Formats: sequence, structure tokens, C-alpha cells
Amino acid sequence: MSDEVRTIRAAQPRAQRPDRMRRVDVGGLELSVLEWGSEASQPILLAHGGFDFAGTWDVFAPLLASRGLRVIAWDQRGHGDSDVSALYTWEADIRDAAQVIKSLRLTEPIPVLGHSKGGGMLNQLAEVLPSHIKAVINLDGIPNERGFSNQVDRSDIHALDGELKGWLDHRRRSAQVARRADSIEGLAERRRTMNPRLSVDWLKYLVTVGARHDKDGWRWKIDPTLRFGPSGAWRPQWAIPRLKGLRLPYLGIIGTVKEEMGWGTTPEEALPILPTGAEFHALAETGHFVHIERPDDVADIVGDFLQRAL
Amino acid sequence: MKTILLEHVRSRLALHELQDGDGQSLLILHGLGQSSPTSVPSIAQVWQGPIFALDFTGHGQSSVPAGGGYTCEALMSDADAALAKIGSITILGYGLGGYVGLLLFGSRPSEVNGLAIMDGPGLDGGGGQPTSPKLLHVPDDELNGTAPDPWALAELSSDIRPPDYAEEHVGQIQALGSQDKAVAVCSLGRPEWLRAISNSPIVFETPAEQALEIFSAI
Repeated sequence: MSDEVRTIRAAQPRAQRPDRMRRVDVGGLELSVLEWGSEASQPILLAHGGFDFAGTWDVFAPLLASRGLRVIAWDQRGHGDSDVSALYTWEADIRDAAQVIKSLRLTEPIPVLGHSKGGGMLNQLAEVLPSHIKAVINLDGIPNERGFSNQVDRSDIHALDGELKGWLDHRRRSAQVARRADSIEGLAERRRTMNPRLSVDWLKYLVTVGARHDKDGWRWKIDPTLRFGPSGAWRPQWAIPRLKGLRLPYLGIIGTVKEEMGWGTTPEEALPILPTGAEFHALAETGHFVHIERPDDVADIVGDFLQRAL
Repeated sequence: MKTILLEHVRSRLALHELQDGDGQSLLILHGLGQSSPTSVPSIAQVWQGPIFALDFTGHGQSSVPAGGGYTCEALMSDADAALAKIGSITILGYGLGGYVGLLLFGSRPSEVNGLAIMDGPGLDGGGGQPTSPKLLHVPDDELNGTAPDPWALAELSSDIRPPDYAEEHVGQIQALGSQDKAVAVCSLGRPEWLRAISNSPIVFETPAEQALEIFSAI
């Protein structure tokens, strides 16, 4: 570890790398799985959001571990230290989540917690693998009928044309493309354009765990072939009745400050579609990354919820 | 038959040249689990220009990836790699290849001259509306790296093809393409997505040979 990395990490004294790391095979691809806390403790599975990685839990996961939990997280395919894939789908990510749970060889169902895309994935996992899921905690990943904040207006012919062509053009280039190398500071600043509410010091820390140091600089360990869009055949409306139909303890926490990376779901939209009996918190003056902006508050809410749910 | 290998995203795609010739090119897209024909199909005998056929990812002589994750959009991107290599094309699509051809036409309306949709495996996908989600499973002993990839068979027979999604693509062709008759329905099969586009003025029903004659005259 270089002096620069050591200094940056030292500036985040609450961040803690995992206690254990291992790899799980999912049909020829390997996923990187991280754990914090005692192996004897109550397990909980964490699913990160799109274009994130398990290292983004480095503050929040230790807080859960300190509350007596065994925290398991994985890098989704193409993210962090997991293998890149030729193909990516929502469904394959959910299969991967199921394989990570099965690799734990547990006899009892466990609670799961997901942020953003990870929250949406775990909503579906709870439906397709109910015998393995005890409770769902969703951090700013509650759907709405409008879809993602940055979704194109599909009735606008030229906007849709731009999205479809843009995605295909990216695919044409991506056999040769590599992520742009930069300094730690440079990568942090670039990420800040998508995560404007997070501090540069925290984003620099994320570079040290989520990027690799090549000869010409640092590169995010996120498959450069990945890209937002196209919106595809999936419709956000499909997820809503399925969420409403879940029958298990459910906790939803959203930020109330709208951000580009988020769903932008309002409390008025969220409340009617949550499962019956769900607990819900809308955090004032908080953006999409609720667990990074307010780790202690969110860990307290999660801890209290789990005491009742388990 | 000459085969060109295209490095596309993380796939190696086999693009077969079935016929040389002058004029515009025809691209054949096979059905789910199938591979490209090794010679010109009888219905395409009328075509005077070059004829190509593409093996999708996980099919024929193209590479078989680990871990699945198939979508019709990814296969559309495979066909787009062939488009980039060949130049403007007419598409003859069988089953899944017909649907993928529609997605590509809607995405590159000025570079595709016409599409003929034929019967074939994978025409329906998983239907037009979502059903209960499930965890698809392929036994490890079936994953031996040979085509067709069992993950492709599982995932592309259960993907949802909403009627309004197909209509959106036809709308793009109508607004941005230049053909009065652009999409020929030559199939007996009428899945929901295909019924939904049938009323569009640029969609017409006709036997395949006739469709190819119309498109070759463009």
C-alpha cells in the first residue's frame, strides 16, 4: 500500500475493510464475496447499487456488524473484484444473489438489504426465493411508475433514437474500450458528478478500494462495456404490484433530495405500494446514498427493525 | 462459404457470407437455438445482392459466454455488429431473429431497408405480459461451452416482449426511415408483439419471396 493510499484511508477512520473475502462460482463466472462480523452471528445479505461495488459498504457494514450481525456482501458481475461477463441482465444479477445465499449453506432464512438497484433486485429475490428470505430492507430502491430519474421520454422520437443509437454505438466501441486512467483525485472528482452529495475525501477512499492502480493511473473496477440503457422492454409498473404483494417484514428508507442516480420516488408514491405492515422512513435533507450520508441513523433504524422482525 | 469473425463487446461472432453479388445486402438472422444456414435458402434465391448470415452469441460458430444474461437487446447489438461490417442491409429473420431484426430496424431506421419476419423458434419469447418471475436454472453438467448455450434457450424463451415496445420500434421506423413498406410479416405465427404492429401502415403481410422482391427493388 502506497503512502498516498494509506493517508487517504486514514482520513476515513470509520471505514473498515472486510474481515473475510472469498469467491463464489456462478456457472463459470466468479463473484467476489466480502464479510464483516463474526461468522457465528445472524447473517444479513447486502446488495449494492448499479455502478457501485461492495466496498461502498465499508462504513455501513461494520456498523451492522457492531450490532451483532454477520454482514455478507458481493460485487455484482462486472463490478469490483467479480469477473466481468459477456452479458448482463437484471435476472442474471438476481440469480447471482441467490447463488451467494446458497453458498452460505444456511438452514434458516435471512434478512436482506439492498441499495438502489440492489433494493429492487432483492424485492424480486424475496418473491422468487421466499424460503430463503426472512425480511427485506430497501434503501432508496423503491420503484415508481415513472421509472429512473434519468429515463428518456420514450414518446419523444428523437430522444429515443438518441438512446437506442447511443447504446449500440457504445457496444460497437466497447470491444476496444478501457476505462480512462486518472489520478485518485481525478477519479474521485469524476465520480462526484454522479454522486454530488458525497465528500471528495470519501470518494477518494472509494477509489482506493474500487479502482485498480495500473502503470498509467487508476481505473474503476467496473466493466467498461456496461452503460445505462437502453430502457428496454421492462416497465417499472410491473414491479409495483409484486412489491405490494410481498408477505414478510419490510423496511423502506428513502432520501428526499432527488439525485440523478436515484429513482426519485416520493413518500407519497412509496407509501401506497409498500407491503402491508411495512415500516417506512423518509429522511429529510438526505440524498440517494442514505447509508453513506447518514450511516449511524440508518444503522439504528435497521437494527431496531431487525430486533422486531427476527 | 466464407466466414468472417467479428470481435464484438466480449463475443466473437461468426458472420457467414453465403452469396457474393452486386446490389444491397441481405442479412439472415436465425431462430432461437438454431445457427446460420450453410447455403442460400430457397426463398432467398430471388436476391441478387450479397447474402450474409450471422450466428448470434451462444449459437452456431459464435462464442458461448459463461453465466448467461441473454437479452434480445444484446442480440440486436450482435446484429448491429454485422450491420457495421456490411453496411446497409435488408433483414430476413426467423423466429427470434425476426424480433431482434425489428429491434435493430427501430434503432437504425436509416441503415435497414426492410425486414421480413418468418416463423421460427423463439418468435414468441415469454409472451407480451409479465408472468410470475422465477429463478431460471441450468444444470452445471449442461454447461459445457458448446452451442446452443442452454442459458440462451432458457432466457430467450421467457423474456417479456410487450406490444407497446414493438410498437415503439415500428414508430421509430415510420418516423425516421424512408420506406412506405418496411416490415413484411411472412409468418403464420402471431405473438402479441406481432399482432400489435400489424395495423401500422409500414407493416404488410406477404409471402417471403414477394417481400424480398419488394425490398430488393428499393
